[in-house]
Amino acid sequence: MIDVDPSLVNWSRAQFAFTAMYHWIFVPLTLGLSFLCAFYETIYLKTGNEEWKKITRFWMTLFGINFAIGVATGIILEFEFGTNWSNYSWMVGDIFGAPLAVEGIFAFFMEASFFAVMFFGWNRVSKGFHCFSTWMVAIGSNLSAVWILVANGWMQNPVGMAFNADTARFEMQSFADVVFNPVAVSKFTHTSSSGFVMASAFVLTISCWYLIKGRHVEMAKKSIVVASVFGLVASVFVAFTGDEAAYEVAQKQPMKLAAMEGLYKGERGAGLVAMGIVNSAKDPGDVQDPFLFEVKIPQLLSLLANREAGSFVPGIDDLVFGNTEENIMGVNTMMEKGKVALADLAEFKEARKNKSEDVAAAALERFKVNEEFMGYGYLSTPEEAVPPVSTVFYNFHIMAILGSMFPVIFGAFLFFSLKGTVTEKRWLLPVGLFTGLLAFLAGQAGWVTAEVGRQPWAIQGLMPVKVATTNLSVTSVQITFAMFAVVFTLLLIAEISIMLKQIAIGPEVH
Amino acid sequence: MISNLDYVTLQQLWWIICSVVGSLFLFLTFVQGGQTLLWQVAKTDTESAFVINSLGRKWELPFTTLVLFGGALFASFPKFYSTSFGGAYWVWILILFTFIIQAVSYEYRTKPGNVWGSKTYELFMFINGSVGVLLIGAAVGTFYTGSAFSLNSMNQVTWEYTLGGVNLRGLEAAFSLFNLSLGLFLVFNARVLGALYLLNSLDLVAVTEMEKRLRKAVWINFLCSLPFLLYVVVSILLRDGFGVDESGVVSMVSFKYFLNLLALPHLLVLLLAGLGLVIWGVMLGAFKGSVKGIWPAGLGTVLVGLCVLCLPAFNSTAFYPSTFDLQSSLTIFNASSSKFTLSTMTYVALGVPFVLAYVAYLWKMMDSKKLSTEDALDHEAY
Repeated sequence: MIDVDPSLVNWSRAQFAFTAMYHWIFVPLTLGLSFLCAFYETIYLKTGNEEWKKITRFWMTLFGINFAIGVATGIILEFEFGTNWSNYSWMVGDIFGAPLAVEGIFAFFMEASFFAVMFFGWNRVSKGFHCFSTWMVAIGSNLSAVWILVANGWMQNPVGMAFNADTARFEMQSFADVVFNPVAVSKFTHTSSSGFVMASAFVLTISCWYLIKGRHVEMAKKSIVVASVFGLVASVFVAFTGDEAAYEVAQKQPMKLAAMEGLYKGERGAGLVAMGIVNSAKDPGDVQDPFLFEVKIPQLLSLLANREAGSFVPGIDDLVFGNTEENIMGVNTMMEKGKVALADLAEFKEARKNKSEDVAAAALERFKVNEEFMGYGYLSTPEEAVPPVSTVFYNFHIMAILGSMFPVIFGAFLFFSLKGTVTEKRWLLPVGLFTGLLAFLAGQAGWVTAEVGRQPWAIQGLMPVKVATTNLSVTSVQITFAMFAVVFTLLLIAEISIMLKQIAIGPEVH
Repeated sequence: MISNLDYVTLQQLWWIICSVVGSLFLFLTFVQGGQTLLWQVAKTDTESAFVINSLGRKWELPFTTLVLFGGALFASFPKFYSTSFGGAYWVWILILFTFIIQAVSYEYRTKPGNVWGSKTYELFMFINGSVGVLLIGAAVGTFYTGSAFSLNSMNQVTWEYTLGGVNLRGLEAAFSLFNLSLGLFLVFNARVLGALYLLNSLDLVAVTEMEKRLRKAVWINFLCSLPFLLYVVVSILLRDGFGVDESGVVSMVSFKYFLNLLALPHLLVLLLAGLGLVIWGVMLGAFKGSVKGIWPAGLGTVLVGLCVLCLPAFNSTAFYPSTFDLQSSLTIFNASSSKFTLSTMTYVALGVPFVLAYVAYLWKMMDSKKLSTEDALDHEAY
């Protein structure tokens, strides 16, 4: 093994997190706004009312501005797997590369090809084909999300593969298992529908601003009706898929769930912390209270985690140090087995190199016994298996609390829109004005929960992040981090400025 | 059917698939080439609008193809992906940066409130079309010149080249005359293709002066590309290559690529046919008053690209050679994914003709009417 500088790991991690979070500013809008444009245009196609065409073109302009920077920030993510996580790319490329290639073939080309028709085809193709193209862009954008989330889901719950000691990598055994991985399914449904919520909230925000200012009132009211229906359906769906996602986390990534809930001592009939202040001085295994303040709903965590109110939910201490009563093997034990596995693997590789086939066969047999713990052999201490608890806890709760508000907000807007009194509800319009920002915060918090919560693993239980990184100088990564920070921030400033200008201009010119 | 293909056939098939995608990308660099022509062929705001809006209807295609090229290599040759991208870090990062700044340039250039001014975005496009394509050429050149890296028993890469104690992580590729020549050839070829594409897509009646400049640009850039092309071709024929014997041992072989051309005559045919088609396209565009030169020149570029990418990979040759440790060199056999993954991906690749078909259909549909003044100056235009 190459010795890895911890600061290199952290800078590589920071660079990936930074680029991913920037990307995630724009992608949710793309996922949802593309469908909203398709809805608006379909209504135009059905009614022939030019007002709907104007509405479609207005939101399409904002979609295009956002789409461009989404593409710009997206390309780097795919290639960063190679540039900054080359060991990861080799060890799992046999499995992980396939979804990315499928995404390129089927999703990107659909988006790219129909995008040109959507923006420049108004006078070149029939109305029907134009509307079809808009739908294709929406479907292509979301297909892209399917495949990247299949890849991400596999990292959270590696299935359908086996380790090949000869090639020193994981190799795919079942593509169907990778694609229909339950974590991938729940991840896609939850993430894409959260994008629909964010886009609907974005439409609410801008429409409410128009209503408050008394500008483009008819356009804003029409936009709100469609966005409210879409947002309401999507936000209720997000709640259901969120429940499913949490269940999958409980089953496949119990440490992440424990961090999400700040649960150190596992218990039967565990309560759900509705809100709380984490004790930052708390360490695994000590006797301190994990919270300075907390509000708990009895038994709910057990019910959500295992679909059974009295069931046992393991805490961080149980997972790190083991719990014989509940038959939980601790990280400390898994580390010992993992180190034996790595030693046997090294012996196997050396024997193969020296063409000592008998020694190699014996080493391989021993390796197989502890193979499943191989990833733990890279950890230095059992506590290393614990993600940053307060970051995960707060982000999870921000996401959950905000997520529970959206159905109410969208429901209210839909109700008053249908009654025809939405413009009279002066108390509701400021709420709508801030809904976009809240949805954006919820989306970012969700990603932080998912990705920080699985630390220290690049691939759950198999490969820690520190093993996945490229052997680079820290200075190189620091420089590229700074380059990304500067360029992306300059582009973000331009994007926001152009968006604000377009919103100020409004739909008149269309 | 596909599951009956043997491992070696699948590995070769996937190198060909990746090469086709890479070659299509080289054709699509007409967008990048066109971007570098902007300040040269467009002398008025209207002419600039024509150039930008014509290219702007296609800018996503090379971008998407590059992403697909990366994804296909990741899926089918992950050891190359990890070794090259992780090893030659700076080359790939700089290439990516040139594409990041391109992606926003069309959409933002003329939008009110774009903050940085339209010239900034035009500069971004120029950088993408020149530096980006040059570096891609230099990166491809290392298939012939090699790179200084080593792989350990777990296939983790260490980049070994240093200059004055600084590890250049791939930037040293630009120190090779061969790599630079290949890069510069691609830049000038992209400019030829860009001018030919613009001739094909614009309503030339509205821009008669620009048409003359475009036809001149076709010829001048073709002439500029020739010395680099000749140097690359002669160098390929004369240089030693990285041969692999039956047991997988890599060694230097005199005139390896020349021998490969003799052993694989269809590659020689591709090269000659490709060069002929490019010349035909140039003649059509520069001297015959035709607007169809992009098609033979584009097809020619694809054929030449296929030859350049396949020549260092077949006939027992290491396609990503290490000059530091020959035995760390990558071949399509030691760098590929497992047989299962390649088989699965081959089923997926059956969808590619369908994708190409609708891309071509939409292209035809959108370009059936030439770009007019009205289109270029529309308030929603780029």
